[in-house]
Amino acid sequence: MTIRVEHELHSRRKGRNYGLLILLLAFVGLVFGLTVVKVLELGDARKFESNDHVLRPALLPMDTPATTEASQ
Amino acid sequence: MTDASLPETTREASMGDYVALLKPRVMSLVVFTALVGLIVAPVPVHPFIAFVGILCIAVGGGASAALNMWWDADIDRIMKRTSNRPIPSGRVQPEEALAIGLALSGFSVVLLGLASNWLAAGLLAFTIFFYAVVYTIWLKRSTPQNIVIGGLSGALPPMIGWAVATGSITIESVLMVALIFMWTPPHFWALAIFVKSDYGRAGVPMLTETHGRRVTRNHIMGYMIALIPVSMAIVFTSIGGWVYLATAIIMNLWFLKACYAVWRRDEETAEADSFAAERSAFKVSLAYLFLHFAALMIDAALRTQGIGSF
Repeated sequence: MTIRVEHELHSRRKGRNYGLLILLLAFVGLVFGLTVVKVLELGDARKFESNDHVLRPALLPMDTPATTEASQ
Repeated sequence: MTDASLPETTREASMGDYVALLKPRVMSLVVFTALVGLIVAPVPVHPFIAFVGILCIAVGGGASAALNMWWDADIDRIMKRTSNRPIPSGRVQPEEALAIGLALSGFSVVLLGLASNWLAAGLLAFTIFFYAVVYTIWLKRSTPQNIVIGGLSGALPPMIGWAVATGSITIESVLMVALIFMWTPPHFWALAIFVKSDYGRAGVPMLTETHGRRVTRNHIMGYMIALIPVSMAIVFTSIGGWVYLATAIIMNLWFLKACYAVWRRDEETAEADSFAAERSAFKVSLAYLFLHFAALMIDAALRTQGIGSF
């Protein structure tokens, strides 16, 4: 009996591994694309900073009392 | 490692077996109707969000198919048509199908919610639940009306597509669902009459086997008549237009004629010509649904040019 290093099983597993690689790369691309679109849809990319729940005086409109207090 | 140690493990799944779990052919109808629901909606959607939305709906449909194959593995093994599916043939383990089904369900619902809105995500979750639990686990083996009620899950995609764009449920999306819902019984039963199935052997109550073909013919005619007002009602909504009106009139007359031919004949006549009328009605049913939704899409395109609407 000859010993074969490459069995049909190995090529099938290779196909599965490549398939999974493609799926994972597609997922990364999907999340990246969604992020770009969502940020661009905000109109002003600085609005993205308002999602971190930290008061940033620079993001407040200029003529509100809160801006004045924050700047004092 | 030698060949001698491998024979039992060569049944290991390939990538194609996992794809087959998602029933890609069924997915095409889901994608098409969801796309139409999204395109005819009055709110424009960013093309990438639309792509992700349709992808999530397709993956959600595939996930429910995997759950269906997990639950139905026992009857799939008995029936000739399904005996070569990944689980009954031993290439995929039932636990794997369950895990893939649950993981893809969660993935598609969460991603759809993040990409569009949570109404669309909720509708997708309901669709998966309805197909996997209400239809597959509960209805399929308990009533000959299984495909009527279970058909709701196949009818919901245009409503999800509409919700992706608008974030709401309106009369237009309800009527698109109703159109597919009422179309499913005559479409499926026309097929059930001429296809030799072994549902009876597997213990699945199909109308053709529990009540006979005569009753099935009556049901086809009844649902066809009920389908007409649903199809025509869409004309009077914001998505109706001249192209849809013309298509609906022609296709309703054509499908009605085909169903009437199925209804009026007896078994001897049907068997004599190898169920020619039933085969014809099935083909007309495919054209009926495709052309209705294609017409909606054409009217939507014409509306953007300022023509086609009433």
